[in-house]
Amino acid sequence: MRTILYLIRKEFLQIFRNKLISRAIFAVPILQMLVLVPAVTFEIKNVRIAVVDNDLSAESRGLVNMINGSEFFIAKGYVSSVDEAVSLMHNNGCDVILNFPAGFGRDIGTGEGAELQAIVNAINAVSAQLSWAYLNGVIRDYNLDLAAGQGITTKMHEISTVDISNRYWYNEMLNYKYYMLPGILVILVTAIGFLMSGLNMVREKETGTIEQINVTPVKKYQFILSKMIPFLIISLIDLSLGLLIGKFAFSIPFEGSIAVMFFGATLFLIGILGLAIFISTFSDTQQQYMFIAFFFTMIFVLMSGIFTPAESMPEWAQKFNIVNPVAHLMRINRMVMLKGSGIADIKSELVALSLLAATFSLLAVWRYRKTV
Amino acid sequence: MRRFIGFVKKEFLHIFRDYRTLIILFGIPASQIIIFGYAVSNDIKNAGIAVLDYSKDEITATITSKLISSDFFFLAGEPRSESEIDAVFKKGKVKAVIIFGNDFGKKVESGQAPSMTIIADGSEPNVANLVTNYTMAIVNDYIQEYGAGTGTSMKLPVTPEVRMMYNPELKSHFMFVPGVITLILILVCALMTSVTITREKEFGTMEVLLVSPLKPVQIIIGKVAPYFVLSFINVLVILLLSYFVFKLPVKGNLVLLLVESMLYILMGLSLGILISTLASTMQQAIFISFLGLMLPTLLLSGFIFPIEYMPKIYDYFSFILPPRWFVVIIKSIMIKGTGLAEIWRETLFIVAATIIFIGISVRKFKTRLE
Repeated sequence: MRTILYLIRKEFLQIFRNKLISRAIFAVPILQMLVLVPAVTFEIKNVRIAVVDNDLSAESRGLVNMINGSEFFIAKGYVSSVDEAVSLMHNNGCDVILNFPAGFGRDIGTGEGAELQAIVNAINAVSAQLSWAYLNGVIRDYNLDLAAGQGITTKMHEISTVDISNRYWYNEMLNYKYYMLPGILVILVTAIGFLMSGLNMVREKETGTIEQINVTPVKKYQFILSKMIPFLIISLIDLSLGLLIGKFAFSIPFEGSIAVMFFGATLFLIGILGLAIFISTFSDTQQQYMFIAFFFTMIFVLMSGIFTPAESMPEWAQKFNIVNPVAHLMRINRMVMLKGSGIADIKSELVALSLLAATFSLLAVWRYRKTV
Repeated sequence: MRRFIGFVKKEFLHIFRDYRTLIILFGIPASQIIIFGYAVSNDIKNAGIAVLDYSKDEITATITSKLISSDFFFLAGEPRSESEIDAVFKKGKVKAVIIFGNDFGKKVESGQAPSMTIIADGSEPNVANLVTNYTMAIVNDYIQEYGAGTGTSMKLPVTPEVRMMYNPELKSHFMFVPGVITLILILVCALMTSVTITREKEFGTMEVLLVSPLKPVQIIIGKVAPYFVLSFINVLVILLLSYFVFKLPVKGNLVLLLVESMLYILMGLSLGILISTLASTMQQAIFISFLGLMLPTLLLSGFIFPIEYMPKIYDYFSFILPPRWFVVIIKSIMIKGTGLAEIWRETLFIVAATIIFIGISVRKFKTRLE
């Protein structure tokens, strides 16, 4: 035990002797949380609409005014033809084109039902879908208004409406910060823990100091523990800093139990650090390690469901996520923080993380060789 | 000149000898493109919903089965009362709870407006939004159909019809291929160069090089040249993969795209050189380029999250981020097929960034021992 404490002390001394690194491990997460969390959002606003109006009727103008009046859209003005509008979209001058056919107003008047064409720039499929959904909402409102004006409300009701009300729980206003903060925090904690512990190990190899440790009576597991514990502590401090930022800078509520979240995070970090050290035994240089670390971090992060719903991935990808520690912590963080889920709710994630932690740490101890 | 060529050869040998790094260097982009193309999708598929049916009649049963037979949803719970909803959400499997009000079917039959409530889990805003919208659309369709069946249907005053331009099937690799190229190139270039140069510094071999007859400029160019070639091959690999695996061709001018990529690679390399003048150990260089670049490039370049939706200040802030410009360039050429006339401004920004990075590096580069 004393040996481990000495070794841990040595690690801390080495980390904090390096001014740049010792500042960066806390400053980078703080800065990035502050800068990135408010930035990333899919809250639709300022979607630019170009209007092609072949009808120029009161009805078409009415609808354009209504769209312009919603907070999501800005009419970029009228264009004379669809071709012109498309070339505007081509040059990134608008996001949506509305094309009113001639006779739009007349068809509404006669009860024929008018058609309206919308063209949405769909390179980014998510924002295309969201803009279209919002635009549809405005048109639905317009329909209801028209129906009311023409005194056919009762008829409309008779036939085709359901009184649908909808609510969003845990995040009434669909504030993206609620969603992103726990996610970005997981990425930062992963990157710092994974990168630092592995690099540290390879660095000892690259500079040859590992051999000096190898000839001492220090046991394998002691050495590996001494490489894991300092980074576990640093990562947990980063996690706490991130949560404090969430609380005080972005006033994101913390519904669940902090202890549960830290319990999950600790299991996660043991797994990640074990994996880092396991991988480091395969790399001879820091450069090699860094690339493997990059590879794993990217795949773990992007498949974890941080930006995209994990449930809509194909089955093989969901199977992969069973061994993806980041996916588990991502779910735990969001569930505990925003919904107040308790241990019983996140049981399966905790079991998975414990198994991963045990497997990766044992692999690390097994692979690490004291002989050259 | 011969000396310089010899030096470049030596650098190439150094890199190609290290086959593990090479495998990773090409394996990363290839596997990422494939994973993102196949696995990551923004669409809603198989989202769990729970139904709380106070009415329990034929019509609510039909609507429920319509919902779960769509590709979007599956039934993941049937809470018995509203007090159970919280517990259902806390387990995390259910994205939305749909509540049918009393006498839903009777009201539909007698022509009154029945009531229903959709409660979505707002902790995932996109999913909540889309799930709510899809559910509304399915329910409305059914009710319309029902109305048509009884002969009381009426046309809506305005029926909108939509065309999804450039990407009619709403595939996510239209977003991921340009994004991955942007991200990989800047990371590979900046990381690799900064690490190789600081490595020489850390092991003291830089001094050996500096006292050699090679000029500092030649040393740096020699160090960077292999990575230029490697990164360029990476671009080709990604483009070939996206063509053969996703059938995503380059719509615009391929030569223009390759030239733009070279400019962007040069920018990445000069950023790497700049980092290497700031860092004294490899660990520091890795820290700066990995932690400092990964997330900002991923999140602020407009690759996943549109810059237009960000608070205004980020619009100005991301001006100084070259990846932002490259994302625009590559999307325009690959997907829209635009020419240089439309993207010259973005190109200029990248060239300007390169010049600034090199300028600072030249001023900071030390040829003497400290």
